[in-house]
Amino acid sequence: MKIKKGVPLIDQHDKNFMYGGKFGGNFIPETLKKPINDLTKLFSKLRNNKNFLKERDFYFKNYVGAPTPFIKLENLTNHLGGAQIYAKVVSEANGGAHKIYNATVHCLIAKKAGKKFIVGDTGAGYAGKMLSMAARKFGLKCKIFMGAKDIKRQRPNVEAMKKNGAKIVPVTTGSQTLVDAVSECMRYWVSNCDTTHMCVGSTVGPNIFIKICAWSTAQISRELILQVKEEFGKIPKKLKLINCVGGGSSAMGFWNEFMDTNAEFIGVEAGGPTKSKLHAAPLTNNSKIGILHGAAQYVVQDKEGQIGSTESISAGLDYPGISPLHCFLKDTKRAKYTSASDEAALKAYQLVSSLENISPSLEPSHAFAEAIRIAPKLSSSEILIVDSCGDSLKDKDIIIRKIGSYSR
Amino acid sequence: MKSKISTVFEQCKMEKRPALITYTVAGDNSKNNSLKILNSISKHADICELGFVHNCPIADGSQIQNSSYRALKNGINLKDTFDIVKKFKKNRPEKPLILMGYYNLIYQMGENLFLKNCKSSKVDGLIIVDLPWPENKKFAKKCKQKSISFIQLLSPTTTKDRIKKIINDSHDMIYYISMLSTTGGKLKVSPKKILQNYNKIRRVNPSKNLVIGFGITDKTIKSLKSANGLVVGSMLCKSITDSLKMGQNPVTKLDKVVYNLKNKIL
Ligand SMILES: Cc1ncc(COP(=O)(O)O)c(C=O)c1O
Repeated sequence: MKIKKGVPLIDQHDKNFMYGGKFGGNFIPETLKKPINDLTKLFSKLRNNKNFLKERDFYFKNYVGAPTPFIKLENLTNHLGGAQIYAKVVSEANGGAHKIYNATVHCLIAKKAGKKFIVGDTGAGYAGKMLSMAARKFGLKCKIFMGAKDIKRQRPNVEAMKKNGAKIVPVTTGSQTLVDAVSECMRYWVSNCDTTHMCVGSTVGPNIFIKICAWSTAQISRELILQVKEEFGKIPKKLKLINCVGGGSSAMGFWNEFMDTNAEFIGVEAGGPTKSKLHAAPLTNNSKIGILHGAAQYVVQDKEGQIGSTESISAGLDYPGISPLHCFLKDTKRAKYTSASDEAALKAYQLVSSLENISPSLEPSHAFAEAIRIAPKLSSSEILIVDSCGDSLKDKDIIIRKIGSYSR
Repeated sequence: MKSKISTVFEQCKMEKRPALITYTVAGDNSKNNSLKILNSISKHADICELGFVHNCPIADGSQIQNSSYRALKNGINLKDTFDIVKKFKKNRPEKPLILMGYYNLIYQMGENLFLKNCKSSKVDGLIIVDLPWPENKKFAKKCKQKSISFIQLLSPTTTKDRIKKIINDSHDMIYYISMLSTTGGKLKVSPKKILQNYNKIRRVNPSKNLVIGFGITDKTIKSLKSANGLVVGSMLCKSITDSLKMGQNPVTKLDKVVYNLKNKIL
C-alpha cells in the first residue's frame, strides 16, 4: 500500500472506490445507488469547473472569512520550554469551526442539483450549526439529525441551529450520539433522496461524501501552507501538524496540501475517561476493519461486527469509526495516530485558554494535549502547529461541570 | 436440482396467487419465541425471511429497529441465529428460509465461513441490504456455487440499464423495493403505480420470480396480489411490539396476523 505523489489523496481509490484496496467503498442500499452516482458525476464536473471554483473561493473569502489566522503561541511555548508551538485558528471561521467549509460547499452543490431541501448529521453540533447557517444563506430548507444525548450536552449549538430556522430531529436510538445521528440521517435520505440533498458532517460515509468533505476542508491547508512559507521562508525541516480526529475532516483539511512535503502528521483520537475502558479511538487501539455507514474502515466493534459503544467528553470525537482516508494514511504510515484522555484534553483546554488568547473547544483540546505532552521533549528547532478547529463556547456547560468555572 | 425457492414460486403460480413472504428477526422477542414464531407462521407463509441482527441498520425503520434491539438485548448472535434456522429447517425442511442482514457481520465472520454455516443450517437464500450490485458479484457467485440464492434488490431509483444487468446476474428470486423508504414506511406510492413499475421490470425477464416488499400490510396486500410474491416485515415486527405491550403471547398473535395476510391473497 502506497500513497501516490502529485495525486489528490481523495482520488487515490480503485474502481470500487476503495483506498489501498481495503478502505472506503460504497456499502449502501440499492435505493441510494442512483442518487450517489448522480452526486458523484455532478461533483466531478463542478470541481473542474472554473466558475464553480470562483464561486467557492468567493464564499470562502467573503462568507467563511478566509484566511483564518496563523499565530504563534508564545506563552505556551515559553511555559513548556521546547518546541515552538503555533496554532491555525480555524475557529475564527464564520460560525466557529471548520465544519463551515463542508457545509458551504454542500449547499452550493445542492443548489446546482436543483434541490430545495438539505439534511445533515451532527455530534458536537457544529456540523449542524454550519449547515443550518449555510442553508439559510443559500435559501435551502434544513433538517438536522442529532443524538438526544448530544442535544443535551451541546446546548449553545442547538440554540444556534434553531435560530437559523433548521428543524432538529432528536435521535433516541442506540447510544443517542453521533453514530446514531448519521444512521438516522442516512435513513431519512433513503426515503427522500428524490427531493433532498444530504450532507455528511465529516469525511465518512459513502465515498462521494468523503471526497466532498475533504475537498472542502482542504481550504485550511491551502491557507496554512502559504502562512507557513511566509513565517519561515520555507516549509520548516522539522514540522509536525497536530490535529484531533473524530471522523477526520479537519485533519484531512489541515494536512492535505502538505501531503507531498516532509511535514509529519499526528492525529489525536478521543481516548475517553482514564478510568473507562470505552474510547473513540479505533486507530490508536487497533480496532479491526468493519463496515460502518457505507464504508470499510477501522471501527470500534465486537467480534461479531456489532458496532461498539464509545465514550468521550467531546461530542465531536465520540464516533466509533474513522475516515477511510485516515485508515489509508495510517496503513501507509504517512500519519501517526494517538489518543488523549478526557482529563488530558480538559487540562489542555485550561492551560491553553489561560495562557493564550484562544479558547479551543474540547475536540482540538485533544490535539493540544498531545502538543503539550511532546513539546517539552523536543528542541526549539522543532515546529508544532495545532489546528484549533473549534471554539469552546459550545462546551461551556461541560467545562463548568468538570472544573467549576468557564472563562474565555 | 431445482431450488426450494423456485419450487415454491411454481406452486404459487399454479395456485394463481402470490407467494407470501414473512420477515421476522432472529431473537425477537426471545431466541425461543423467534423459533416458535417461525414454526407457527410457516403454516401460512410460503417463504420465511429471518433477520440476523446488526446494531447499526441504516436501511431499517423504527419497527424493525425495535425488534433488532429486543433481540440484541436477549444476547442474540450469529451462532444462535444459525441454530434457530437449523431447528426450523429440521421441522420444515421444504420451507425456504432466507437470511437477511448487513454485510459487516459476514465480513467479520469471513464470507466462506458464513456460507459454510448457511449451508450446514440449510439456509436457502440471502439478502444483504448494503451489498449492492456490482459490489456483490463475487459474493453472489460464491453463494451460487453453494446453491444458496443471492437475492438481488431493485428499487424505484434503479436505472433501466442497471435493472437489466442486475436481472442478468440474479438467481431464483429478485426483490423489488416498492418505494423510496426504509423498511416500515407508510406506503406513499399507490399500489397501481407500484405495479406499473413492477410490470416494467417483469417484462425484462418474465421467467424471474420478482417479489415486492416495503410498506406492505394487511391493508395493502390485496391490491398487490398480482405480483409473484409479497413481503411483509415491519407489520409483523410491530405486531410483536404491540402484543408485548398488551401482555399477549407474540407467537399466537403472529400466527393470527400471518393467517389473515394469507387469506387476503388467496
Ligand atoms: C470543533 C470540532 N473539531 C473536530 C470535530 C471532529 O470531526 P472531524 O474529525 O471530522 O474534524 C468536530 C466534530 O463535530 C468538531 O465540532
